[in-house]
Amino acid sequence: MVDKAAIARQFIEAIPHARALGMKLNKIGNGEAEITMPYNAELVGDPRTGVIHGGAVFAVLDTCCGAAVMSHPAAPGGTATIDLRIDYMRAATPGQSITTHAMCYHLTRNVAFVRATAMDEDQELPVATASGSFTVEGL
Amino acid sequence: MARQRPEPMQVVKHRRDAALNAIVDGVPFIRFLNIAFDRRGDELTGVLNFDEKLIGNPLLPALHGGVTAAFLEVTAVITLSWEYFLPSIESGELDADAIVKDESIRFPKTVDFTVDYLRSGLPRDAYARAFVSRSGRRYASVRVEAWQDNHARPYAQASGHFLMPQPKAKDS
Repeated sequence: MVDKAAIARQFIEAIPHARALGMKLNKIGNGEAEITMPYNAELVGDPRTGVIHGGAVFAVLDTCCGAAVMSHPAAPGGTATIDLRIDYMRAATPGQSITTHAMCYHLTRNVAFVRATAMDEDQELPVATASGSFTVEGL
Repeated sequence: MARQRPEPMQVVKHRRDAALNAIVDGVPFIRFLNIAFDRRGDELTGVLNFDEKLIGNPLLPALHGGVTAAFLEVTAVITLSWEYFLPSIESGELDADAIVKDESIRFPKTVDFTVDYLRSGLPRDAYARAFVSRSGRRYASVRVEAWQDNHARPYAQASGHFLMPQPKAKDS
């Protein structure tokens, strides 16, 4: 049997932009994924506050959602984002890493539906939430 | 009464370019992605300069969806900020120096952002233009599109809502 989690991990860690942002895949399997991005001064959106730019948070959430789709037991392999919406609840705390958790909660022959959250060290209120749809493709 | 003579071109250009640079250059993330802004009059075009680190799928290869989203969001916020600050830049109330140094100057903040991926992003430069649909006292609504070779065939589009900077509460 093909170890899809291993394939997904390999695939994600080979993504040049995921490496550029320092993304680490913590957990993957059964349509769920967790990716962490460390704090990096290069990714700051507002130099007065040191808060990470929303665009960087978007990139981790997008990657995490894609990983969740690929790890779904019924997914044949690859995926691409159709659309993704992010709601920014609050500014990420400067100096803290951001951990995203995504779940592919429904998968049809053609479309995967995903929800995700981004947290910093404060586990009470997410920094951002995401929801989107993804394509379902063969390897 | 005689009409006032227009300002010399260099004066106008310098004022506008300096203000735009002050808005853009201070943001580390814009430098990280190597995004530049091309200004023609009041109209801005974001330019994403291609680099290998922007790749999301090395097999195709294609730009990372997160890069495309970030590029669209940066273009939306900068265009919105530019349009918001432009009247005070033109009146002389606000200059490039104040934008960089004045701690009380705030920028619009993203509330939500939705991206439609229309085609895969090719491994080359991309361009984006944002349209401020409404800019109110508290909220703004912006749509933005990005293209590569052919402007008529955008590869992604997005729309988002932003919270506008709030003036300091006045003593009543």
